[in-house]
Amino acid sequence: MTKKILSLSFAVALLLATQALTWAVQPNEILSDPALEARARALSAELRCLVCQNESIDESHADLARDLRLLIRERIVQGQSNAEIRDFLVSRYGDFILLNPPFKPTTWLLWLSPVMILLLGGWAIMQATGRRPIPPAPLTADEERQLKALQSTPPSSRHSGDV
Amino acid sequence: MIVETGHYALVLALAIALLQSIIPFWGARINHASLMLVGVSTALSQFLFLSVSFAALSYAYLTSDFSVLNVADNSNSAMPLIYKLSGVWGNHEGSMLLWSLILSLFGALIAVFGRALPAPLRADSIAVQGLIGAAFLLFIIMTSNPFARLLPAPAEGQDLNPILQDPGLAIHPPLLYLGYVGFSIVFSFAAAALIGGRIDAAWARFVRPFALVAWCFLTLGIAMGSYWAYYTLGWGGFWFWDPVENASLMPWLAGSAFVHSVAVMEKNGSLKVWTIFLAILAFSFSLLGTFLVRSGVLSSVHAFANDPQRGVAILMILSFFILSALALFAWRAPLLKQGGIFAPISREGALVLNNLLLTTSCATVLIGTLYPLVVEELTGDKITVGAPFFNMTCGVLMLGLFLLTPFGFSLSWKRGDLYGVSQRLFAAIAIGLLGFIIVLALDHEASVMATLAVAIGLLIIFGTFTEIWIRLQRGGRHWAQIRQRAFGLPLSFWGGALAHLGAGVGLLGLASSGFGVEVVTTLQRGQPVKVAGYELVLDAILPRNGPNFNETVAQMSLFKQGQKIAVLEPSKRQFSARQMSTSQAGIETIQFGQFYVSISAPETPDSVPAQLYWKPFVTFIWLGACLMAFGGAVSLADRQLRLRSADQTGRAAPATAKA
Repeated sequence: MTKKILSLSFAVALLLATQALTWAVQPNEILSDPALEARARALSAELRCLVCQNESIDESHADLARDLRLLIRERIVQGQSNAEIRDFLVSRYGDFILLNPPFKPTTWLLWLSPVMILLLGGWAIMQATGRRPIPPAPLTADEERQLKALQSTPPSSRHSGDV
Repeated sequence: MIVETGHYALVLALAIALLQSIIPFWGARINHASLMLVGVSTALSQFLFLSVSFAALSYAYLTSDFSVLNVADNSNSAMPLIYKLSGVWGNHEGSMLLWSLILSLFGALIAVFGRALPAPLRADSIAVQGLIGAAFLLFIIMTSNPFARLLPAPAEGQDLNPILQDPGLAIHPPLLYLGYVGFSIVFSFAAAALIGGRIDAAWARFVRPFALVAWCFLTLGIAMGSYWAYYTLGWGGFWFWDPVENASLMPWLAGSAFVHSVAVMEKNGSLKVWTIFLAILAFSFSLLGTFLVRSGVLSSVHAFANDPQRGVAILMILSFFILSALALFAWRAPLLKQGGIFAPISREGALVLNNLLLTTSCATVLIGTLYPLVVEELTGDKITVGAPFFNMTCGVLMLGLFLLTPFGFSLSWKRGDLYGVSQRLFAAIAIGLLGFIIVLALDHEASVMATLAVAIGLLIIFGTFTEIWIRLQRGGRHWAQIRQRAFGLPLSFWGGALAHLGAGVGLLGLASSGFGVEVVTTLQRGQPVKVAGYELVLDAILPRNGPNFNETVAQMSLFKQGQKIAVLEPSKRQFSARQMSTSQAGIETIQFGQFYVSISAPETPDSVPAQLYWKPFVTFIWLGACLMAFGGAVSLADRQLRLRSADQTGRAAPATAKA
């Protein structure tokens, strides 16, 4: 029985996955004004297709994505700004629709983490390398002799350490 | 019968893996030579039995034996041979079996090539490798048996998921797994070094080739996967920052950091503790990637076999290995004595910076991928972290890394001269700046990131050439002298140079995506459409039958200045067994760019909505990746040569640091 349910959910997952297979923006959706259309494209690339798996509405061919693309274009033609349209969609669907998460208390950690890690790592490196190296111990008599011997050999016969 | 043999071999492999994880480890503790040697024979026989098991499953697929549940669910007698074979790993059970097979292959490689190693180190690393193998084999046998029978057997199989019926499936997962799982060796060696409390340049020298092998395969695997997505998903994107893609990117970033830091360690024994940590990290990300993909915890366009119950089992395996490795690290690493010292401005210093940027990128990808899950769990808010976030954060970090690459590559070891290096790179810097200005002048709408990427890509390429030239003419500018120098320079230098060139080329390819042309239109038969100096004409819309699908093909001709240069055939395929359709893009490569067409379902017999793209230099993305992998392979050849020569001359490894 569980097997059946599992294979069923598998089939559903596959169905969802195949929705991703055709491309999105249809010729009949496009606005005649290229500048407005470019705005619509840029905006829809930032918005998540809510029923898809990790796709923007610009890429998705799900019906919902199409509705949203048309809605955006309608509002652009009405003269709304990108921010207004975005706000409207967030009020309707929540932050989930924004592929670029907003900067707010729950996402502070997300947005600041790269900078914090970089600074913390840089600080750790400074700590590690800033430490004064221990001065090397003076050479023993035996080592002095070896050094003399090395210095007296002509450089050509030495192994060149060139990497 | 053959199928049962495969199942039996699988169970035997588990038993052997358990022995492999216990006996050599015990031998190393009581310093018993023959017990330690048990590791060699068990590692080899585990690989042998898993090969038998894998061959048996392949046989079931090739003969379309639908009495095997896995075959019945994922294959079909009408499928072309190549998809029957690649169908073996096109499903959860089979792909886990491939994973384990590759894991045991790497264990066998330690057994074969590890003769020069100290016996306890070899025994311990084989034991750790055996333990990982045992965990995954147990997982397969308990939850994902690929050999389960289905009685009565159906007359026909369900067919392989049509998205996977592509040559990409034959190549991509094996490459990716060789990369993912290859880091297991690095992990096992790190664990063994920590257990033994001994790590030195010889350790680095032995591990580095394996890390490079894994890194090369992972690079190729990711590139292959990206090209596969590019030509099948239908909108010409090549990287989506999808969780599954991120899962493969994280071990790659950690592995890239590792192959750089291990070079420092090999050179002068410094960065030991950090290198060990990266070794643990790289494989931990491989495990995490396996978990994310296999469990379907993050739903994504690529996950084709999700199962949450199995996810919990993998999560347990993953936590066990990562946590025990980190605990071992915390316990033993402070005992490791740090090696050589270096000035901040030096090759070593630059590589430390490289590691900082790579690991920060890696951490950013990790946090970005898991953040939505955590936020939803804690607050109930659903948020999305998508491509714009990653492009901005990782984009900036990686551009920073690439900007510094040519400088680091030109700095000398121990103590470098940044001012001198900048002077040497003057021409390359000038070319980069010139590229920046030209791009801005030609395209006023160019994005800042893309333009910067062009400049930095040029800087890397010409900076690397400068460094090669400086090295070549050191012995004199005569042709014969230069040729002699070229052969005299170590292969690891050439490998590094090629990999850096690859990075530069790849970066140019990525930047080029900011300069493509896209036209969305309905094509009418016989009416040409202009795209970036090319003309495309729809000639006909035809039905066509494939072996297990029917397709609608839109035949188009591509013209340049009135000359017909290509015929494109984008299509939509309908697979009858699963009632699913896929789309095939029509692609024509012109020099390094590509003309790319994908279609929707035709509206009338004479018209079809289509997306047309001209993508200049897009192939640089994958050519760059291949060049990087090639560079890794060249560097690898060097290491082996030196190992052999060190064996022959009997030269001892540099002084070791004991805990």
